[in-house]
Amino acid sequence: MAQGVWAIAEQRDGEFRKITYEVVSEGRRLADTLGQQLTAVVLGSGMKDKASELAQYGADKIIVADDPNLATYTADAYVSVLAQLVEAETPEIIILGASTQGKDLAPRLAARLNVAMAQDCTAFDIEDGKLVATRPIFTGKAYAKVTFEDSTPNIVTARPNVMPINQPDSGRSAEVVDAQFSIDEAQLKTKVVEVIKDESGRIDLTEADKIVSGGRGMKNAENFKILEELADVIGAAVGASRAAVDAGWRPQTDQVGQTGKIVSPNLYIACGISGAIQHLAGMGTSKIIVAINKDPEAPIFQKADYGVVDDLFKIVPALTEEVKKYVEK
Amino acid sequence: MNIIACVKQVPDTETQIRIAPDGKSIVTEGIKWVVNPYDEFGIEEALKTKEKFGGQVTVIGVGPKRVTEALRTALAMGADKAIFINDEGEGEKDSLTVARALAAVIKDMDYDIIFTGQRGIDDDMAMINVALAEFLGIPHVTLAIKLEWADDQKSVKVHRPVEGATMVVEAPLPAVITCQKGLNEPRYASLPGIMKAKKKPMDTKTLADLGIEVTNKLQVIQLSPPPERKAGKIIEGETPEQKAAELARLLHEEAKVI
Repeated sequence: MAQGVWAIAEQRDGEFRKITYEVVSEGRRLADTLGQQLTAVVLGSGMKDKASELAQYGADKIIVADDPNLATYTADAYVSVLAQLVEAETPEIIILGASTQGKDLAPRLAARLNVAMAQDCTAFDIEDGKLVATRPIFTGKAYAKVTFEDSTPNIVTARPNVMPINQPDSGRSAEVVDAQFSIDEAQLKTKVVEVIKDESGRIDLTEADKIVSGGRGMKNAENFKILEELADVIGAAVGASRAAVDAGWRPQTDQVGQTGKIVSPNLYIACGISGAIQHLAGMGTSKIIVAINKDPEAPIFQKADYGVVDDLFKIVPALTEEVKKYVEK
Repeated sequence: MNIIACVKQVPDTETQIRIAPDGKSIVTEGIKWVVNPYDEFGIEEALKTKEKFGGQVTVIGVGPKRVTEALRTALAMGADKAIFINDEGEGEKDSLTVARALAAVIKDMDYDIIFTGQRGIDDDMAMINVALAEFLGIPHVTLAIKLEWADDQKSVKVHRPVEGATMVVEAPLPAVITCQKGLNEPRYASLPGIMKAKKKPMDTKTLADLGIEVTNKLQVIQLSPPPERKAGKIIEGETPEQKAAELARLLHEEAKVI
C-alpha cells in the first residue's frame, strides 16, 4: 500500500531554489497530519552533501539521485528517474514546486504513472485520510477543491511563495540514501544546449517577495525608472500590466495577469494600474496589495489593502524616500 | 511538413465566473467562448512554420459542439483542416482523458510537430499538452518564446524562459512545443479567411470512435469564489509627501512588509 509523503527538491547549478524549502516544509505538515514519513528527493550531480540540509526543514529521509545527466533539468531524465523511484517505494503523495520546472515535470510524471495531478495548488488538507488540494482556476476567479480518487501517488505542485518555510532546526537529522536507478541515454531526447542567465539581477516575479508593478498610467517606458528605484530600495521585482507590455514599455516576461505570470508576493504595489479582471486574477493571492492611482473609481481599489488616490509620479518618488527610513534601520 | 495545432475553447478572459448550484461547476449561460489565448500562439506558429517550409496545418479540438466554432476560427486564420473530437454529453473530463483522446487521433497521423498553448486559461492545469507528448512517446518543450529550426528540419531549438534565465532546449522532431506570449503575434481571421474556412474539411469523431472511456482520476469536489479581500484603507493626507509617509509607516508598522 502506498505510504509516505515525498517532496521533490529543485536545484539549479547545485543550489536549492527557495521553492525546495517550501515543498519540504509543506510536506512535513502533511506527513505529520497523516502520521507518515517525509522523504525529500534530490536529483542532481554532486548534491549529496548539500542534500542533508533538508533534514533541518523536516525531511525524515533524503533520497539522492546523483548522475551527470541530472545536473540540469530535462523532463526526459527527471521523469525516467522519478518514475523508477516511485515504482520502487510507492509513496502516497508527491509534492513539487509549481515553478517552471515543476509545472513541466509533474504532468509528464503523472501521465507516465497514469495518475491524477493537480497543478499550482495554494492549500493542502487531509480529509478522511485523503489529500484534498485547493487550486485557483480561471486564474484565481474561482477556487477548486480536488481529490485524487484511488490513484496513487497523488501528484501536486505548490504555488511558489504560498507555503510557509519551517524554521531550520539544526538538531534534526535524516538518513541520506543513494537512489537506485538507471538512465538509458538513448532515451534522453531533449538537450539543454544553452542557459542564458538574466543579467538584470532582479528576482523573477513568480519568486519575488515584493513586486512593484506599473500599468497604462506609467505613460511611457522611461517612467518605469521611478518604479525601479522604489524596487531597488525595498528589494522588489518590477512587473507590468498587459497594457504596459502591449505598449512595448516592458518585456512580455514582466506581464502579470491571466495571460501572463501568476504571482503571490507578500507585497504588491500597483502603480497606474486600473485593475482589469485579468490583472486582478493574476495577483489576487498577494498578501498585501497597495494601489496608487489618481482615479478613485479604479477597480484596483476594491482589492487593495492600502489605496492612495493621487498622482503616482508624485507619490512613488516620495514613497521611495520614506521607505528608506525603515529599510536602512 | 505536417503540422498539428491543438485548440481548446475557453471562456473569454473578461468572463466573471459564477458557480453553479451544484457547487462543482460554473454557470455556462452567457459565457462568450473563445480560442484559448495561449493556443492562438500555437496556431500562429503552426501557420508560420507552414509558410516557411510548406506542408499543411491540421487543428484538433476536443469538447462539445460549440468547440467547432473555435476550430472554424483556426481554419479562418489559415489552418487547412480540422479534426473535432465530439464529447457532447460526456460531462467534465480530466486532462489525462483529453490527452488520451488527442493521442488516439494523432498517433495514426503523419506529423512532424505539434503546437499547443502553454496552458488553458480555464483550468490552468498545463497538463494536456505534456501528457499528450507522453502518450505519443515523443519529447515536449514547454513555454516557448523563440524557435530556431535545424537546417534539415529534423530538430528545433526552443527558447524557454525559466526563473532568472532562458533555457535553450534542443528537441528532435516530432515533439510537442507549448507556446506563450512573446513567440509571435497571432493573426486575426480575415473576412476572406472566414469565408474560406466554411468550406475547409472538418472530420468529426466521438470518444467512442476512438475507444476512449472517461475515467476522471481527478475529481472536483467543490468550487468556491476567491477569498474576499477585506475593504482596504484609503490613505489620507494634505500633500503627496504626507500620503507617502503614512503609507510607508503603515507598510512598516501595520502590514510589517517593509
